[in-house]
Amino acid sequence: MNGMTIIVKTISSWVKVLIFLFGIYIILFGHLTPGGGFAGGVILASSYVLLMLAFGGKSAEENLSLGIASKFDCAGALLFIAVALVGLFYGAASFFYNYLQQDVEAGHETALRLVSAGTIPLSNIAIGLKVGASLFLVILTLSIFRPESPADKKE
Amino acid sequence: MPYALCFLLFVIGLYCAVVKKNMVKIVVGILVMEYAVNLFLIMLGYRWDGIAPIVDREYLTEGNNITNAFLSHAVDPLPQALVLTAIVISLGSLALMISICIRTYEKYGTFDITEIRRLKG
Amino acid sequence: MTVPLPVFVVLPLATAFMLPLFGKKGKSAATLLANLVTIGLVVMAVSTIGQWRTYEVGRWSIPLGINLVLDGLSCLLILAISVVSAAAMLFSTRYMEQYTAKSKYLCLFMLMVTGMNGVVLSGDIFNLFVFLEIASIASYALVGFGCEHEELEASFKYMVLGSIASMFILFGVALVYGNTGTLNMAYISRTISTNGMNMGLTFALGLFIAGFGLKAALVPFHAWLPDAHPSAPAPISAMLSGVLIKALGVYALTRVLFNIFGVTVTLGWIIITLAILSMVCGALLALGQWDFKRLLAYSSISQVGYVVLGLGLGALIIAKEGNTAVASLAILGGLLHLLNHAVYKSLLFLNSGSVEMATGTRQLREMGGLAEKMPYTRATCAIASASIAGVPPFSGFWSKLIIVIAAIQAEYYWIAAVVVGVSVCTLIMYLKAHRYVFLGELPEKLKDVKENKGSMLLAMSILAVLCVAMGLLVLVEPLRAGVLEPAVKVVMQGLDYSVNIIAQK
Repeated sequence: MNGMTIIVKTISSWVKVLIFLFGIYIILFGHLTPGGGFAGGVILASSYVLLMLAFGGKSAEENLSLGIASKFDCAGALLFIAVALVGLFYGAASFFYNYLQQDVEAGHETALRLVSAGTIPLSNIAIGLKVGASLFLVILTLSIFRPESPADKKE
Repeated sequence: MPYALCFLLFVIGLYCAVVKKNMVKIVVGILVMEYAVNLFLIMLGYRWDGIAPIVDREYLTEGNNITNAFLSHAVDPLPQALVLTAIVISLGSLALMISICIRTYEKYGTFDITEIRRLKG
Repeated sequence: MTVPLPVFVVLPLATAFMLPLFGKKGKSAATLLANLVTIGLVVMAVSTIGQWRTYEVGRWSIPLGINLVLDGLSCLLILAISVVSAAAMLFSTRYMEQYTAKSKYLCLFMLMVTGMNGVVLSGDIFNLFVFLEIASIASYALVGFGCEHEELEASFKYMVLGSIASMFILFGVALVYGNTGTLNMAYISRTISTNGMNMGLTFALGLFIAGFGLKAALVPFHAWLPDAHPSAPAPISAMLSGVLIKALGVYALTRVLFNIFGVTVTLGWIIITLAILSMVCGALLALGQWDFKRLLAYSSISQVGYVVLGLGLGALIIAKEGNTAVASLAILGGLLHLLNHAVYKSLLFLNSGSVEMATGTRQLREMGGLAEKMPYTRATCAIASASIAGVPPFSGFWSKLIIVIAAIQAEYYWIAAVVVGVSVCTLIMYLKAHRYVFLGELPEKLKDVKENKGSMLLAMSILAVLCVAMGLLVLVEPLRAGVLEPAVKVVMQGLDYSVNIIAQK
């Protein structure tokens, strides 16, 4: 896959940062506005798709190699499970319990703020990391591997 | 009445997945079926003159409880959560289907399923 | 030691995501970890025998939250799933050396186990769908694992039909939600028993029978199975045939029909018809096969027909308000056959994998005379074939006998005759397989075939011992009362399932 003209390359190297930032915003505010982990993760992956379209197939792989993306993938899933498991050990609470939940207490109003709603933002971050890494791997593997290279199927 | 149209879309997708001979068209048929089911799920929760089920400052009372005006006007958020999960599942399934299509094309050289028939009996 | 219920789902899931981190150098460490986890699951499954628990996730009480339910039927199936997956994982430590990308295989295997455990434990119908999809997608990828021509074709066929089935199931779930307003299985069953069935719910029931019937490979939905099971690697065939079609298909169908919707006479007859079609078609089609694994796959179809026949007979008798002792006998036969078939069919598939690894072929005409070269494989294959054909005192005899007795006591003599006839067909097909593979004379190119050693032998011997020991499950009173009777009670109580769960909260 070859890249595109120099105008596209210049503009897209600025715009991909904005798209990445937008994805992070969607993930972090997932408990207040529509979006959340999955949608934000898709937007994170699409910033790498823009990189791949504008610069050619190999440059996305040089930017973030397959091995590191695979490690991010596993790390995201393990983080999600860790966040859920801590609830199991927290006193008499159960699995997935929202142990960071704070109600109106000591004069703090914590509803509808960024740091509120307990463990939901942490789960969103873990899911966003996982989905972003997975989609990046899927699109990269499907588009740049050619028949003669010994590629494994990856979901 | 809108539910019948959803069902019609489902049947169109089913027809496409069963009758067509090109592998990619079969995959598209399965996708259309998934869209039809997701659409049906979202329409189940709809309420006439409803508002989006997002709690904002104006719908909270002083004790951080949700006002009755919100509860009587908001559409049902549960089918939306179900649809989000179903979309993620269909994404995973689609990625796997496309990769198998690509691998099969490398091996057999064609997308036509009437020529990919080594397994018989 | 009471194990919290989410551990059955979370432990394989966490393992599945830790395994790719080991990379290429840590392949043996990854395999060791996977084996330890599956053996740990067996220990936990044995420790839950005879319990009845619910678990509310996140301390949200139902119907707002999701709950996990462990009752007798779930207990039986978790036992079957963990035993078969431990044996398959033990077998695949040696067998999968001939494929590349072993760490991805282990990851997908663990995801499949997660999905199956989740289906069996879930108390909420959409949660059941999500875990069913996890297990199905992992199995689509595993069927086409070695990317040869036939495996890709089989995987594509399996995937298309499986996705259509999942869409039917999701459509059914949507219809159920639209008509009852809740997703929790106990509340749905309570709403249906108070309000009755309307057209939407009947249509949803039809969609569920089609969808779960396709996952369970009942005729006429069986078209994917004879291609998918032979093409998969041998331990995956063992898992698919042994537990996947039962956990995703038969268990879900039982739960939905008996506990949520309630059985009627029409429904009982529909299920019996599907079961008898499966038994007869599977057995007849298997007689003409010359590929070892394809023969085993067709025989799977007919054995699943036995299980569904037992359940359908029980459903019919319950719906007609007949003798409940006969109904529970029929259901006991069906569930015992489910457990038996999981053990001996996976043993047969592991045997075929061992033969394939040694000789490199699956065609019966090219094999012969392996009896003195591979004595252990021959012995275990003989035990498994005798079990599946219903020779006393092996385990298969008891379950088939119970089904025949139940059919005779319910005065459906023609059903008993069909069961006996299909058993004779099964005996014929396994005698044919045994004669062509092990007896006869050794062809030229198989002169240096050696017996497989190590973990493959261990896995096969464990399953063979279980084959013989399962007969004790019926005869020995405390085992039967502990393992089988709670499962039968859960199915018999039908719509009272909801009463117990709602009273628990």
